[in-house]
Amino acid sequence: MTNLIQIERLRIYYKTLHGDAKALDDVTFTINDKEILGIAGESGCGKSTLGNSLILLKPPMKYVSGEVKINGEKLPIDNNTEMRRYRYKKISLIPQYAMDALNPTRKIGGIIRDLVGQHKIKYEEIEKRLHERLNMVKLSKDVLNMYPFELSGGMKQRLVLVISTLLNPDLLIADEVTSALDVSSQKAVSLMFKEFRDREIVNSIIFITHDIAVLYQIADRIVIMYAGKVAEIGPTEEIIANPLHPYTKALIKSLPNAGIRHTKEKLEGIPGHPPNLINPPAGCRFRDRCPFADENCLEEPPLKEINKGRLVACWKVKDL
Amino acid sequence: MIKAKNLTKVFNSGFLFSKNTITAVDEVNFEIGKGEILALVGESGSGKSTIGKMMLKLLKPSGGQILLEDKDIFSISNNKEFYSKVQGIFQDPYSSFNPIFKVNRIFKLVRQSFKKEVPASEWNDRVENVLKKVGLNAGDVLNKYIHQLSGGQLQRLLIARALLMDVEVLVADEITSMLDASTRVDVLEALLSLKEIGAAIMFITHDLSQAYYISDKIVVLYRGSVVEMGSIEKVFSNPRHPYTQMLLDSIPQLDRKWETDRIDIEDSDKKQAIWKEGLCKYIDRCPIADTSCFKPTLKLVEEDHYVACVKL
Amino acid sequence: MKEFVHFALKNTKFKIGLVILLFFIILAIIGPYISHYKDPLEYVSMSNLPPSRENWLGTTTFGQDVFTQFVYGLRSTFFIGLFGGGLATIIGLLIGFIAGYKGGLLDDLLMMLTNILIVIPTLALLIIIAAYLPYRGIGIQSVIIGLTAWPWTARAVRAQTLSLRSREFVNLAKITALRPLKIVLEEIAPNMMSYVVMVFILQFAGAILAAVGLDFIGLGPTRGISLGLMMQYSVLWNAIQLGMWWWFVPPGLAITMIVSSLYFLNIGLDEIFNPRLREE
Repeated sequence: MTNLIQIERLRIYYKTLHGDAKALDDVTFTINDKEILGIAGESGCGKSTLGNSLILLKPPMKYVSGEVKINGEKLPIDNNTEMRRYRYKKISLIPQYAMDALNPTRKIGGIIRDLVGQHKIKYEEIEKRLHERLNMVKLSKDVLNMYPFELSGGMKQRLVLVISTLLNPDLLIADEVTSALDVSSQKAVSLMFKEFRDREIVNSIIFITHDIAVLYQIADRIVIMYAGKVAEIGPTEEIIANPLHPYTKALIKSLPNAGIRHTKEKLEGIPGHPPNLINPPAGCRFRDRCPFADENCLEEPPLKEINKGRLVACWKVKDL
Repeated sequence: MIKAKNLTKVFNSGFLFSKNTITAVDEVNFEIGKGEILALVGESGSGKSTIGKMMLKLLKPSGGQILLEDKDIFSISNNKEFYSKVQGIFQDPYSSFNPIFKVNRIFKLVRQSFKKEVPASEWNDRVENVLKKVGLNAGDVLNKYIHQLSGGQLQRLLIARALLMDVEVLVADEITSMLDASTRVDVLEALLSLKEIGAAIMFITHDLSQAYYISDKIVVLYRGSVVEMGSIEKVFSNPRHPYTQMLLDSIPQLDRKWETDRIDIEDSDKKQAIWKEGLCKYIDRCPIADTSCFKPTLKLVEEDHYVACVKL
Repeated sequence: MKEFVHFALKNTKFKIGLVILLFFIILAIIGPYISHYKDPLEYVSMSNLPPSRENWLGTTTFGQDVFTQFVYGLRSTFFIGLFGGGLATIIGLLIGFIAGYKGGLLDDLLMMLTNILIVIPTLALLIIIAAYLPYRGIGIQSVIIGLTAWPWTARAVRAQTLSLRSREFVNLAKITALRPLKIVLEEIAPNMMSYVVMVFILQFAGAILAAVGLDFIGLGPTRGISLGLMMQYSVLWNAIQLGMWWWFVPPGLAITMIVSSLYFLNIGLDEIFNPRLREE
């Protein structure tokens, strides 16, 4: 399997009033060809920062160090002008709340026309493809003549999927695209993302979400993030069936997605809350909330490959 | 015990020449007994939040009644009496507190409104106790402003407030939707402590997994009407209404994959909306519907399990 | 509160605006005491004299001391800003708030009234009203300005009220059985304070300008003096052609600087209250 994207020791910090929030602190992993990589984690773990940094790094985000390579060549994420070559054509992002960001005073057809025009493409050139894609996501062509407010959440999200992949990008980054949808739309939209990859309209997808259950349904591999660092990486089935990092274990144990009732089995939350990223504690960032922590954990555990494709950042994993 | 009888809410928008009518809640019936948790489940537009607001007297029904111990709540003119028994918790924890005050103000206001006679020291003890019950430490939270606390802590503070008031009925409107997964469970556990004191709880949610985890009974709403209701075990193990089946089918589980043969899309190939007044509301999306699908009534299909579908 | 002071002290626009405004306020307060003459309209010297040690800003065509007129004029101007602007703010607040909070038919009616008044050109309305008044003092001038300037404020306040009304803490207050008045005063009003302050500042500036406009075309106060009246007289008596800059430059400059400082103050306050606008 070839690597589409290689992220090496990436550090992206946020400028805040009280100092730099170390939102992404030394993150390393790869995205393979033709894969749907799920990035899961809770608020503040850095997953959205990661998604955004791969395409548009603007203040208050700042690039600190690290490298990102696409197909072997360096991706100039710290240079906004040079990134223009990649944006929308090679790498496309569906940001959080994208569906609410459609210009309410323009018809959808007009919005698309403007968008492709910005990238020096004539609307007529992609019109046929646009119709095909709309058909794929089960949206009628009439949608082009409607205003965004006339569409429901699910419809808007499918539309956004079509718009962001119109130029067949290599990498599609989807940031919380199903979080605001009803459960039935969530299933339909998630499966459509998968289909776009299956039909090779996009090469790989980074699917960012806090909902691990959705990732179980459509992702090939999962990266679990916590407080700006990678906790665990592995194939989906393995991560769910056999989570190794204490955070992953606790997270999965707190989900009521396995058809259980409180009378039969009690779920447990994770006590405490994620650390302050401006002054994160020394050592493992999960230390304060981890039931297995000891003095070794005062030193930060490296992300180690303990099996092919299985990486964990925890001192305790050898023993467990 | 709180009951809804033929509860209806119609919204009129527009002025003079452009009147628009939406029936948000359409003749809904249910009851919640002491210590019971009823899950009110539906997607956006189902009317569940509207029902919640009516239960809290924040909206007036257009038809039907809500009965608290057999008394119509809208005939109880004494607000203090009503709200000392019925309380609510809303979706956005950060919007539920006035940002210019510290969070302990919510307890002060409860004392002023409902428990003036309790002496100060006893009151402080009571507050500490209820905070402990929801897993919070008084010293950690009482003197803080909302931006210093997490969403989960704020929601638990609101549950503590309800415990403090010894409420009989609690309306929890999507209280976990804005929280991280790892803190949701703590909030659900705190909700169970209210069940322990005998409160009747209405758990409004779109998340069926959470509904199954915590509730005793369930009401499934579609566009304002009840399509299926009953004991949670019965409805989940044997869903009879096509909509309920579709919903349960769409939940992303951790132990099985989605079935990809049937994918419900709200606006799919059917170009024309068939629905008219008098027909079943689900007719446009239903896989088994035909022209004989008139507006159904709830029928008993097995003990503690009702379904509204003419095809059954 | 502490946060406010911290940001206020860092914000350049706020500081500049405040300093200039304070300068003129202090001048308006102590000016009449330090001036050599007590009556701005008294004939004190030879006419058309340029600034000297006797007459710090020279004299007018009628031999009146320009400096005395200037400082008394400042007082009038500030008076109108305060009362005219204040009246407009209060009316706008009441109407906007009631419309936003109550909603329904009352909201529709009040907004209809507001929109009608917005459409009518204010200056034209003021001219017509002022022309019909038998006697004009700065009090009356403030009142008529206040009565015509409120619509814009009403709309803005209504929008704020609508957004606050739907915040959950208002609902929580309702289910805590708090009385409606208490909800308005303790929950909603404090969250609108910053907004109301900014609205008042703009009304203050607007009232000053409206007054100057009226004064300049001869519909100013029939007695007394104001900066606008000074400008009117100076232009009427050919101060520009005669090169008597000391007569028209001070009032004109003062008006410009006061209004500008108020706008600066406002933009600065907006940045202070609104974290997203701050340049870091």
